[in-house]
Amino acid sequence: MAEVRYAKASRIYPGSDEPAVNALDLDIADGELLVLVGPSGSGKSTALRMLAGLEYVDEGSIFIDDVDVTLTPPQDRDIAMVFQNYALYPSMTVAENMGFALKQQGVSKEDRRQRVEEAARILDLTPYLDRKPKNLSGGQRQRVAMGRAIVRSPRVFLMDEPLSNLDAKLRVQTRTELADLQARLGTTMVYVTHDQVEAMTMGHRVAVLKDGILQQVDAPRTLYNAPVNRFVAGFIGSPAMNIVDVERRDGGIFIGSLEVPLGEAESAAVRNDSGGSFAVGVRPEHFAPASSGLVGEVVVVEALGSETFLHVRVHHQGEEITLVVREDGQSDTNRGDTVHLAVGGPVHLFTEDGERLVPTPAPASA
Amino acid sequence: MSDKTGPVVGQNRPLSAFLGLLTWAIGLLFFFPIFWLVLNGFKDELDANSSPKLFFEPTIDRFTEVTEETTGLLSFREAFFNSMSIVLVSTAIVMLLAIPAAYSLAIRPIKKWRDVLFFFISTKFLPIVGALMPLWIIARDLDLLNTRTVLIVLYTGMNLPLAVWMMRSFFAEVPRELVEAAQMDGCGLYGQIRSVILPIVAPGLAATALLCVIFAWNEFFLAVQLNPVDGSTIPVWVASQESGRGNFLAKLSAASLLATIPVVLAGWVAQKRMIRGLAMGAIK
Repeated sequence: MAEVRYAKASRIYPGSDEPAVNALDLDIADGELLVLVGPSGSGKSTALRMLAGLEYVDEGSIFIDDVDVTLTPPQDRDIAMVFQNYALYPSMTVAENMGFALKQQGVSKEDRRQRVEEAARILDLTPYLDRKPKNLSGGQRQRVAMGRAIVRSPRVFLMDEPLSNLDAKLRVQTRTELADLQARLGTTMVYVTHDQVEAMTMGHRVAVLKDGILQQVDAPRTLYNAPVNRFVAGFIGSPAMNIVDVERRDGGIFIGSLEVPLGEAESAAVRNDSGGSFAVGVRPEHFAPASSGLVGEVVVVEALGSETFLHVRVHHQGEEITLVVREDGQSDTNRGDTVHLAVGGPVHLFTEDGERLVPTPAPASA
Repeated sequence: MSDKTGPVVGQNRPLSAFLGLLTWAIGLLFFFPIFWLVLNGFKDELDANSSPKLFFEPTIDRFTEVTEETTGLLSFREAFFNSMSIVLVSTAIVMLLAIPAAYSLAIRPIKKWRDVLFFFISTKFLPIVGALMPLWIIARDLDLLNTRTVLIVLYTGMNLPLAVWMMRSFFAEVPRELVEAAQMDGCGLYGQIRSVILPIVAPGLAATALLCVIFAWNEFFLAVQLNPVDGSTIPVWVASQESGRGNFLAKLSAASLLATIPVVLAGWVAQKRMIRGLAMGAIK
């Protein structure tokens, strides 16, 4: 168990001017499950590999338990990592795979067997201990990779998209098991994923990266309710937040003909802005059907049972745009219907260059 | 991989029958000289040198004749022992040197690794005849003429570039994550190579070692130039069965057969391993 700290850590790949990870500052508490999330090329895997020692740190430092490990080779960091393709040793059995690290540490054969069996019991792998990886299913291989990590009781677990090779159902199930396992073991975990649902469901805190730069690190709900910029707002949440470019009109903000209700601070900020161009974000569930309001035509209906998403085409500043609106699961709206929309929840305002206009989220007004 | 063979959808039967026959014909054509060699080895000189006969009284006299020991002449036993020790020692050295070289070129390449690789192979561009004179002089000055050492050194040098090239490509196939996983598991450099990489590249290792053995076993030019008196190898012994007077075709055939057997055996053993290794190697 350990605390991890990135201090202005950068990685610049040879032959590239842009750092893959740019001056990352991040504190990870003991026992925390921190998720690094971002689109591909955002540097999240690189950041993880820097902590693992598999990637050189060009600038800055990395600390584990206040000890500078920036130049410590991976084998001396006491960190376990689960790889996306599991990286199981093909020539070894499941038991040998799981016991390999212990063998390197010089743990006695009897101790090794005991600890491997215990880990196998936790992961339901007992019947497969004598099999080779090629004779296992994808889910079983994933668990062996997990087992290889937990059997050593390392200081930190690193997970590099460990669920992305599983089918959808198994992924959801394993996600829960993994979060539960981490909570029971209480070991610090850094988890990399491109899937924001995985990030939101698993992370105690979630760090959003883009182009090697940390955008925001917060608890999932804070990230959802108060994204610091347009990128985070669009990245977190599924379906994504509706973000519309708007020009100030009559001192206020309009989507099409609909005036967006703003809080006091925001109204003032909008009025006082010199440029007058903004982006306004409204989550799908914060649009409400109304008797009057913004008129639009339903072009797609996604009925999921528990909820329904309507894609509504509306006119806005001389263009046609599509907004996604969440409705009740049993909604009987059909494609081609005309609906009226009002804003029934908080809105998010961003400046022209994508920064949040007012630090706190707008209060709901109806 | 499946061993089942069966008709393929849309197969043209007469055409495939024809292609099958053609394959057999070409195969037999290639096999024929070996067949002729085997037959000749069991004939007496008269039969071997007359018009080809398929039916004759087989005899192993030629084999006893060529393996007989005559004072002052290179014996089969001596040549075989020389060849074996030279081939095995040089191949072992080649493998010991090529494994770390291949590891660093494939898994931890430096900036100019391609240049390094081409430097290795460039040593093979020079026709060996061109290098013979300096080699001979150096060997003489070092008192190495007619010793097994000189051939061990030269065969090691001859096979090393090939082995590095082959093994680099096998090592490059090892998924990077496996090496990284081994590092995370606390494995040092030696452990990574021994416990993780070598089991995966074992079939490639077998193939490389086999090729080195074959090349070294068959090498004639250097052996005959540098070791004509002592430390001579099997190819030199085979050539010594030629004589200026009388017929020697059957004798030569018998000697050639004896020279071939170890290589065929080595190939057969290695092939079994290679196939088993390939089947085992399923990584994903």
